[in-house]
Amino acid sequence: MTHARRDVAIVAFAQTDHRHRTDGLSEVETLMPVLHDALGQAGLAARDIDFTCSGSSDYLAGRAFSFTMALDGVGAWPPIAESHVETDGAWALYEAWVKILTGAADTALVYAFGTSSAGDIRDVLTRQLDPYYLAPLWPDPVALAALQARALIDAGDTDERALAGIAARSRAAAAPGAAVPQRHCGTGPRAGQPRGNDGRAAWIAETVAARSADAKGTVRGSRAADDYVVAPLRARDCPPIGDGAAAVVLAAGDTARRIHDRPAWIRGIDHRIEAHALGVRDLTESPSTRLAATRAGAFDAPVDTAELHAPFTSQEVVLRKALRLGDDVTVNPSGGALAANPVMATGLIRLGEAAARIHRGASDRALAHATAGPCLQQNLVAVLEGETR
Amino acid sequence: MTREPVAVVGIGQTRHAAARRDVSIAGLVREAARRALDDAALTWSDIDAVVIGKAPDFFEGVMTPEHYLADALGAVGKPLLRVHTAGSVGGSTALVAADLVAARVHRTVLTLAFEKQSESNAMWGLSLPVPFQQPLLAGAGGFFAPHVRAYMRRTGAPDGVGSLVAYKDRRNALKNPYAHLHEHDITLEKVRTSPMLWDPIRYSETCPSSDGACAMVLTDRAGAARAPYPPAWLHGGAMRSEPTLFAGKDFVSPRAGKDCAADVYHQAGITDPRREIDAVEMYVPFSWYEPMWLENLGFAAEGEGWKLTEAGVTALDGDLPVNPSGGVLSTNPIGASGMLRFAEAALQVRGRAGEHQVAGARKALGHAYGGGAQFFSMWLVAAEPPTT
Amino acid sequence: MPEPLTAPLVVEFPFTRSLGPVQSAFLTGLRERTVLGVRTTDGQVLVPPVEYDPRTAEEIRDLVEVAATGTVTTWAWNPAPRRGQPLRTPFAWALVRLDGADTALLHALDAPDSDTVRTGMRVRIRWAPERTGAITDIACFEPHDDGTTGPGAATAHTSPPGAFADPVTTITTPARLDYTYTPGRAQSRYLTALTGRRTVGERCPACRKVYVPPRGACPTCGVATDEEVEVGPRGTVTTYCVVNIKAKGQDIEVPYVYAHIALDGADLALHGRIAGIPYDRVRMGLRVEPVWTEGARYPDHYRPADEPDADYDTYKELL
Repeated sequence: MTHARRDVAIVAFAQTDHRHRTDGLSEVETLMPVLHDALGQAGLAARDIDFTCSGSSDYLAGRAFSFTMALDGVGAWPPIAESHVETDGAWALYEAWVKILTGAADTALVYAFGTSSAGDIRDVLTRQLDPYYLAPLWPDPVALAALQARALIDAGDTDERALAGIAARSRAAAAPGAAVPQRHCGTGPRAGQPRGNDGRAAWIAETVAARSADAKGTVRGSRAADDYVVAPLRARDCPPIGDGAAAVVLAAGDTARRIHDRPAWIRGIDHRIEAHALGVRDLTESPSTRLAATRAGAFDAPVDTAELHAPFTSQEVVLRKALRLGDDVTVNPSGGALAANPVMATGLIRLGEAAARIHRGASDRALAHATAGPCLQQNLVAVLEGETR
Repeated sequence: MTREPVAVVGIGQTRHAAARRDVSIAGLVREAARRALDDAALTWSDIDAVVIGKAPDFFEGVMTPEHYLADALGAVGKPLLRVHTAGSVGGSTALVAADLVAARVHRTVLTLAFEKQSESNAMWGLSLPVPFQQPLLAGAGGFFAPHVRAYMRRTGAPDGVGSLVAYKDRRNALKNPYAHLHEHDITLEKVRTSPMLWDPIRYSETCPSSDGACAMVLTDRAGAARAPYPPAWLHGGAMRSEPTLFAGKDFVSPRAGKDCAADVYHQAGITDPRREIDAVEMYVPFSWYEPMWLENLGFAAEGEGWKLTEAGVTALDGDLPVNPSGGVLSTNPIGASGMLRFAEAALQVRGRAGEHQVAGARKALGHAYGGGAQFFSMWLVAAEPPTT
Repeated sequence: MPEPLTAPLVVEFPFTRSLGPVQSAFLTGLRERTVLGVRTTDGQVLVPPVEYDPRTAEEIRDLVEVAATGTVTTWAWNPAPRRGQPLRTPFAWALVRLDGADTALLHALDAPDSDTVRTGMRVRIRWAPERTGAITDIACFEPHDDGTTGPGAATAHTSPPGAFADPVTTITTPARLDYTYTPGRAQSRYLTALTGRRTVGERCPACRKVYVPPRGACPTCGVATDEEVEVGPRGTVTTYCVVNIKAKGQDIEVPYVYAHIALDGADLALHGRIAGIPYDRVRMGLRVEPVWTEGARYPDHYRPADEPDADYDTYKELL
């Protein structure tokens, strides 16, 4: 590159208390406190933000144009420069990062929200597949991940015991009493703490046994964590079904330094996609993750932390391999998608969690990853750094 | 830090029809993409990234269809970004793609927008009943018609202006081989006497429902230098959003539209849009929106837009041709309609608009809007590269 | 505070999908119990066949026939089949590389239990008894012990491949998704008040505007509205249109008037039908009042109130 890029950093991150159901809140009611928290941390008002970008999905809400009413929570008046991606908010962050690079913005607000509990997420996500050959068979995301898990086991990359270890480690990391992140800056309580226990309890598997158990979404008749949902994946290998929202604030150069005394600088960010059909891909590999990581500079120096968007335990195996993460890297100290999975916000939360760790000095160089599409079809990798103290 | 100048070197669109039953969804987007690549004399391997937009996924019943389309879009191993900003999405998608070049993240980007709304019957996709909410009593036109009446009340515009716009745009469409509607026997009288659907909006003053796609290749200075045909250069681009409904909202002339236009003109150094801009492709789904947008975009003073239309200023051979392609009134694949406006503006300044070419067009505005007249995206393109 | 409301929301469409040449040939082939693949320019045979090469993006149209037998490349045991899936009894999902193909096709594999399934096992297509030209013309795969362990040979017997009489060019795929809709706390308060025929808006603590219906946030200030304000029942027609075509699912005689109505005390208009007056006598500024019918959530319509029209200046900001 002959032109120096602008320095851009994540300077604030907020997320909801992820719950199985949002207690009767609309999307905007869920989102608004998170926006206030993120802006409050950055010491900015909505009118100070140069660009706003969000990520969500009409298919999760069951309504066309569902994102338009969420804008009510932003206070878009006078009118704002704003855009929306119909996918995980991590890609909204990417769009905002590009906008800041062009010089057209110094600050950006990025948010994402998802109400995975509104529909049956296992049915909803089948609609993401090839509409001619795949969607008519209704193969759900657990089934597809299980095909991938079997391929990994056959290839000797993992076994069910190792997957159990990933599940246990992730849930333990998110449990009350696990290293509670310290707030580094900003005002008000950290939105993500504490996470509701009901969010962690609601495995996808349990909705099989106890769908619509009661109106509030509290799941009864819980299925044991070691029951197979689609073998070789057990309930514990699957993500919880959760509703939630997240927001981050991005800022360039000196603006970032004014807002935070340890901004999480985005040293590189890139995303890549693979072919759609599972039958033409080697499911044990993630070349798109590898390529995105290369382009983001992930292999230029070691990272100490990785926040991986792996909704299924087996997918962490694929990602660790693609990203060449050794045992010296702290993987998903937040608990990852296995602890809280508000679909369409989960990837953005990985970026936010990685940034928050840098903010509070727990990491100097962190990798954040987000995924979209069946079986890790599309992947985004960002490298975040705190300045050396 | 300076932005990399952005050039449009390839433009392609599909043949548009109420239902393109001859192609799959992939086949539809390929038709546009292939033409854009051919126009730029590039191959799939020359493309660094793909930015795709469309309106609601319920139209085709495929959630995030870009995942299934990755192969057809030649995106495997590349970045593929999906944008959705309601009706303005075609414009917003092009602007996101332009930013990738301007920021020097990528050198050559394919941007594409599509809708194959016949797969679901588009009106179903738009009118899924939401529990507890009062059903929209009047269909799509019923949403817009009260705003048109408000415009007429505010400006004193006479009844016939809407028909003049529809007649002009449908006649322009006869010169555009890609347009959906080709009404060879259209007369002003037929428009004026067509059934009144949502008074004051007549049948012939409404847009069709189309299947179609539009694609563009955007590139940097080096890419433009290699292009076989003259590029269109981006001089200004902006998006603005305001809430769907709020106290004080002006549906006739939304502030987000005014602010968006002002931003684009500022970037492009335009101080007198009426004189400096040679052609406009604006998003006019119902004919009365032409005079309304003429005011909103600063081409006419408040209350004066209809006078430009009535005087023939916006005709193809007028002083400020509006929608020489035939516009949304002649072709409306919803997610792609905004990109068609952007692409048609670029065709004009490239001198490649064929029979609907505006003679000597050097600067053109592409305009898109959506949602409850709340999302706006616009770009200004010119035959000459930007000087800064 | 009233209990937040929820309601079922069913999103159901029959999607009509046009297939294009390659998918048309493949699905027509299935109807004829023939499996077609497509050959890429570097000689790979893709099954199921796609129109564009996933590696090179080239358009590919070179159809070839492959066998109905193949090998499992990976699988997963599904103990609890879900709505719409190919089999009702427990089955394996499997990626199967058919003999003659280089890529694998996803479908169900009917096997007695998970112990009988393994990667590398030989399977064959079980055809659906009635076939229409759809992926479900393959009922499923079933175990096929042909004594081989590797891929068998493909046999070609249509010439040219893909040439079938009466090809399938479109498929209709129904899709139903069930949701639980949650309008939120603010709208729940509004809806609860409506049951007592009271229209309750909420005031923004910052700009003091009254929102009806309240949506939980003041959209211009981005803060929660909380102070309840009863508005109406009378209001002013700010603008309107005359509807001359029946809207889908509406059982109202045309023509009728669809209007924006600013209820007294509200800072924006809501929408309603005007009746009790000839449609061509409705006008901007007309003062109206709601007419309720038994059991309806919303007023059935609004009718003229017995008072003079409002002055344009009093409602021109509320169109």
